[in-house]
Amino acid sequence: MTAVAPQVAIAVNRFGLGARPDEALPTEPKRWLIEQMAAFDPRPAALASVPTSAAMARQYHESLLMIRDQLVEAKVIPELAAIPPVAGAAADTKVKSPQMELRAELRRAYRASYTALAQGRIAAAVTSPTPFPERLTHFWANHFAVSADKLATIGLAGTLEFEAIRPNLFGHFADLLLAVERHPAMLLYLDQAQSIGPGSALGLRAARRSDRARKVGLNENLAREIMELHTLGVGSGYSQADVQELARALTGWSTGGFVRRGIGMEAPDGVFVFQTDWHEPGTRTLLGVRYPDRSGEQAATMLRALAVHPATARHLATKLVRHFVADDPPPALVDRIAAVHVATGGSLVAVYRALIDAPEAWATTLAKFKSPWDWTVSALRGVGARTADAKQVGALTQLGQPIWRPGSPAGWDDVAASWAAPDAILRRVEVAQRVAAAAPTLDARTLGPRLMPGTWSPTTAAAVAKAASPAQALALLLVAPEFMRR
Amino acid sequence: MILTRRTLFARAALTGVAALTPRLAFAAAPGDARFVFIILRGAMDGMTAVMPVGDPAYAPLRGALARPVGEPIPLDATFALHPAMPRFAAMYKASEALVIHAVASPYRERSHFDAQNVLETGGTAAYALKDGWLNRLVTALPESREPAIAIAATVPMVLRGPAPVTSYAPSALPEANDDLLHRVAGLYEQDALLHPLWSEAMDARTLAQGGDGPKSDPAALGKLAAKFLAQPTGPRIAVIELLGWDTHAQQAGRLANQLKQLDAVFGALHDGLGSAWAHTTVLAATEFGRTAAVNGTGGTDHGTGGAAFMAGGAVAGGRVVADWPGLGAAQLYENRDLRPTTDLRSVMLGAAAGSFGVDPARLSGVLFPGGGVKGIAGLMRA
Repeated sequence: MTAVAPQVAIAVNRFGLGARPDEALPTEPKRWLIEQMAAFDPRPAALASVPTSAAMARQYHESLLMIRDQLVEAKVIPELAAIPPVAGAAADTKVKSPQMELRAELRRAYRASYTALAQGRIAAAVTSPTPFPERLTHFWANHFAVSADKLATIGLAGTLEFEAIRPNLFGHFADLLLAVERHPAMLLYLDQAQSIGPGSALGLRAARRSDRARKVGLNENLAREIMELHTLGVGSGYSQADVQELARALTGWSTGGFVRRGIGMEAPDGVFVFQTDWHEPGTRTLLGVRYPDRSGEQAATMLRALAVHPATARHLATKLVRHFVADDPPPALVDRIAAVHVATGGSLVAVYRALIDAPEAWATTLAKFKSPWDWTVSALRGVGARTADAKQVGALTQLGQPIWRPGSPAGWDDVAASWAAPDAILRRVEVAQRVAAAAPTLDARTLGPRLMPGTWSPTTAAAVAKAASPAQALALLLVAPEFMRR
Repeated sequence: MILTRRTLFARAALTGVAALTPRLAFAAAPGDARFVFIILRGAMDGMTAVMPVGDPAYAPLRGALARPVGEPIPLDATFALHPAMPRFAAMYKASEALVIHAVASPYRERSHFDAQNVLETGGTAAYALKDGWLNRLVTALPESREPAIAIAATVPMVLRGPAPVTSYAPSALPEANDDLLHRVAGLYEQDALLHPLWSEAMDARTLAQGGDGPKSDPAALGKLAAKFLAQPTGPRIAVIELLGWDTHAQQAGRLANQLKQLDAVFGALHDGLGSAWAHTTVLAATEFGRTAAVNGTGGTDHGTGGAAFMAGGAVAGGRVVADWPGLGAAQLYENRDLRPTTDLRSVMLGAAAGSFGVDPARLSGVLFPGGGVKGIAGLMRA
């Protein structure tokens, strides 16, 4: 190996997703990364036929209509609330009503779509010739986490990544932010789709009615997480009053297909809609700035302002530096990246280039412990896999990081302490054994230095050379200390 | 499984030097107490779990949410338990379970993640402390024991810190063969991070052998935790995490399901611990409560005061511990939330000190270095 080898390993493993045995290593690491930004394909072959949010919404809508018909027959008020969450309770019910059968069917269909989407994600990552943008995709999907726990998000979580994040990786942060917040997955996950202003036309009508069963009102969940997680960051100086103002501005943002028609939803399935008669009228004040109520643009104008706010720049820079450099982000580098964000009005390409240009990102210590996702993708790439199967989706669950299911809108942690745990390591060994068994022709002794130029250690080389079988040697390579890190 | 000389030898062969460390000495641990902490992530609505039916403001605030499917189980003149929790109700009746209501950690904002950090570190502000209060509890206990265990593939904040901790979750993967495991031990020998983790993993694996196969539903987690804790020389402290409590919309059905799962965990711990149940304390707590009133989407938003559960043969149960503030408009915290009147840390301290027979005054500074926390007396049987 030449003196440049550690830089090659860093480009391939820290910025990328790991080397493939059937691809040449880059000769100019920085240029290789920069060129990937232009070459990136938002919809590669691996994702050509995965389910879309529009199809998911149509399916949901049809189910709702059929359930309603059943219930009208039974003279029962339709109420989606009865759809229970994923596992458990409903499964042991002895006699199922036709409505329950319909719900169970929808759930089955959504789970199948989840698996198809998750397999697509693995296949895209494993086969991609542009692994740096793929890594950025995974980063943003985690930043804007939608957890596939509720019925609607089981089918939709993956579509957010494919439809809102991938096409907006290289624009301005505001574009990415708006695409994500208007996507049905986010609107449903954070309960925005049915948030209705008490002073809106619908809100006033509902208040006049005597029966309280159809109570409508404000839900501040999305507004809070936009400020806390997606933009400014917690503790950056906004108040509960700001959260409520943003929540009021957001009323009317919804999507077709998932919401009862009884309250006036007429939008096409899966399409973002601004429901004028759900919107809380009036000028709103956010962080001391007044936003007039103009033609449905109030909330979007607020989000554009949040996207370029210095606190947002700092929050995002901290997370990016933590992801690419170290668990404890060097403050000087965070300052630099945040300054680029502010100076360029949130140009993502400028921010990524600043990261690539940062000497801190090229330190030869392997400072980052791979997450289960990182590790699995790099292992599959390392053995030259070309396809993904449902087993691999299951393996991520076993490794502690089920795809699109972080369980909360904060997403997964990005520090070693979250992943380097006793049982988690043992699981990697179990998965490595299985992955290695499926690639019997690879010779770990020559593969090791190819996948990890400059970091392949004498200890691992010796262990691999002494292994009992080629498959065992390959399994050892995949769990070697240098392969566990990037 | 009891550690015999034979199994100890087998472990030593597998993990090399780690088996020689003192904490693996197989002298019987002198203490019998078991402590389980269940983290309810996402903010459980305490006023649905344990309904203040005797408060005249409750029903109007909650509307349909105050009328769950099934018959609420009366606990006393003021409170009734959600009907999804029959096992807990039976323990309450047997004076082995209690509820603490209108309780909250010192955290007063409404971020899940910061609040969970406060709940788990025992600090007064998020990220002020770098390790978890249960880990510090381990360091304060006199005897050398098996490490505390997290029933999860990774270790939650509450257990992170200097004391040795391990993690275990049921695996659906085919087991790696022993030869490979042995070689991995060699591969990690020089790695400061991976070597100790690997040793812990091998120890936990030995302890869990003979299990009922892979399962990951909450009841199975309870059963697995019981299996570890029931062993005479096994770990004494376990943590179980239950997700999914953030019920902003359509709360009625979702929360009933959640509570049913929590009830199943209590039941599995009770059944699986057998005679050790008599020395057991289970504490289930969440990061904050939810708004007093129902919101516009049939759910509740982030709030402040809430409820916590305790169960176990060591618990002086059969009552609801609450200085009830009332739900009238003037009594709500910030005009929207149940006002907290009990510090959750004083519950944790009272439970932990009582469970392990440690002086609460001494333990207070270790668990809650923010200072000034007094344990609630009388939570535990004398």
